[in-house]
Amino acid sequence: MTMSNSLFDKLWQQHVVAELDAQSSLLHIDRVFLHERTGSIALQTLEQDGRAVRHPELAFCTMDHIVDTLPGRGDQTLMPGGTAFIQTTRDTAKRAGIRLFDVRDPLQGIVHVISPEQGIVLPGTTVVCPDSHTCTQGALGALAWGIGSSEAEHVLATQTLRVARPRSMRVNLEGALGAGVSAKDLMLWLIGRESASGAKGHAVEFAGAAVRALTVEARLTLCNLAVEFSAFTGMVAPDDVVFQYLAGRRFAPTGAQWEQALAHWRTLHSAPQARFDRELNLDVSAVEPMVTWGTSPEHALGISAAVPDPAQGRDDVSRKGMARALDYMGLQPGQRLQDLPIEAAFIGSCTNSRLSDLRAAAQVLRGRKVAAGVRAICVPGSMQVKRDAESEGLDRIFLDAGFEWRESGCSMCFYAGGESFGLRQRVISTTNRNFESRQGPQTRSHLASPVTVAASALAGRIADPRPLLGN
Amino acid sequence: METFVVHQGVAAPLLRANIDTDAIIPSREMKFVSKTGLAGGLFAGWRYLDAAARTPDPAFVLNQPEFAGTSILLVGANFGCGSSREHAVWALREYGIRAIVAPSFGAIFQSNCMRNGILPVVLAEAEVALLAQQVGPQPMTVDLQRQVVLSANGQAFRFEIAPAQREMLLEGLDPVALTLRLDAQITAFQTRDRAQRPWIYLAPAAPAPTAHSKTA
Repeated sequence: MTMSNSLFDKLWQQHVVAELDAQSSLLHIDRVFLHERTGSIALQTLEQDGRAVRHPELAFCTMDHIVDTLPGRGDQTLMPGGTAFIQTTRDTAKRAGIRLFDVRDPLQGIVHVISPEQGIVLPGTTVVCPDSHTCTQGALGALAWGIGSSEAEHVLATQTLRVARPRSMRVNLEGALGAGVSAKDLMLWLIGRESASGAKGHAVEFAGAAVRALTVEARLTLCNLAVEFSAFTGMVAPDDVVFQYLAGRRFAPTGAQWEQALAHWRTLHSAPQARFDRELNLDVSAVEPMVTWGTSPEHALGISAAVPDPAQGRDDVSRKGMARALDYMGLQPGQRLQDLPIEAAFIGSCTNSRLSDLRAAAQVLRGRKVAAGVRAICVPGSMQVKRDAESEGLDRIFLDAGFEWRESGCSMCFYAGGESFGLRQRVISTTNRNFESRQGPQTRSHLASPVTVAASALAGRIADPRPLLGN
Repeated sequence: METFVVHQGVAAPLLRANIDTDAIIPSREMKFVSKTGLAGGLFAGWRYLDAAARTPDPAFVLNQPEFAGTSILLVGANFGCGSSREHAVWALREYGIRAIVAPSFGAIFQSNCMRNGILPVVLAEAEVALLAQQVGPQPMTVDLQRQVVLSANGQAFRFEIAPAQREMLLEGLDPVALTLRLDAQITAFQTRDRAQRPWIYLAPAAPAPTAHSKTA
């Protein structure tokens, strides 16, 4: 190990229990989160193997992936067989003594929404979950990453994980984001520019004036998409914005321990002389609202662009991939993205379902109506977000515009055999993956920010949100 | 855990970039809380003309007669990106896949392979393309001991792998059991850490659920 001087170096070094070889360490894991989709099998296998959960008080579990998001929901699900995932998770989590945010718990929600909301993730913690979007939580200055179910068993049994050390990368984002341009657009722009494997093998620190200016919720969106950039994880050095956000949250420290934690957290930033294996310096001032046209998050372009010609791909594999994507999406090179008619609009997911996302979309929707024939759905990321939104009347704005207003969960971010958008339906969505059949068999997904999805729902076609934002 | 030392078998090319775990096993194919019963759902969106009826699409590589019994996949960059679902690896293993050769892998998928007896081999894109040109009736060999892939005509391609991971696969070691041997070190770390970061170690009894007062 060289001198520990970057945020990532510090987070890594502070958790090393033992060195395993030149590349791998045994790291202490401070928090493990599970959900009913992939956590159920981890808990079940652990039980079958006769292994105990070493620290149930450091483990948390939620129901988000399979549980329905319709009013009056219970253990029955639209997904065939979903009840078994919910009940196995509940039974095994209870037997293990793990804090469960159950179907009807007032604090239930999407794991990456409730973990920061309840102060479970804290700066300087290591956080894992058998879910690839765990990187979201790096927004608070944690080292947080997605693992498999077997690795989750390892963490539950030992409170550690064997990890090959990733390389380090810093992405410095300077300048100011334009009106109507959000953290979502910023990441789609970055991935479109650098490719979906642009951060392969790297732990990425997002830094620079454009990042410092983001709220905690926007930083969560930023780090959420780090996995779509193929990063090991994303992170932002914690600052007063984070500390103020955390103060008073349910699982955050209080009193003398808060002061002690704060003193520690203030050391969690990269030193001026910190070295990185890679560094990118980019100015974000010209970033437009972004939308994807294909089947990878890297297939992203500014809202005013046209569908690209595969002949412009950088190599043969890329050209073939682009041609395949156009075929799947039912598009021709040269079509304007803004002219594409949509059948559905979705606002939700661990990427964009927090109160600020809903406020931004509501600003566009207020006093307007969703275009005829467009199915529009809003799914708050947690029951707390839902209550907060309702207390300021956002539900009325969504409902009056013609949106469905749901209970919290992952919902239609992915298709598990229950609800879907249907064959070849074109959907504009605030989610994170436009993969083939992700939101339903042959469904055509276009990723965008909450305001772009809201504007598109009103127009009945992909639309630039900026003319609707006033001032 | 299943060992991997040397494997010889039929290799099939699927040279698309960014094949995600949703494509390897669609979520709708994960029907039970189980690590088995998944092979039928492998590549379901591509492998079948009608996934529900399991009608094979003859155009898909694994359905072609010369690739019957495929146990090695040659794939494009960033294979296994996307969702962390270990079901992707369980489906591949149950189908009979023992090794996957790619220019790069999704990180979580790569770790999941190691835990389930599948060897993820990283070679340069040009080397994967060369290997793909040589697939046919002659089997391909993947040798973890010597860290080489041998094409049908005997060309050897060396690959790198972290020593701890190599040993884990060669010996079929159970990582949980290995780590539990380090129990004293884990306890020592926690004792030291608890003094420095007491706020990390929450009280064993979690608070009862009530509505949270602070808004975001």
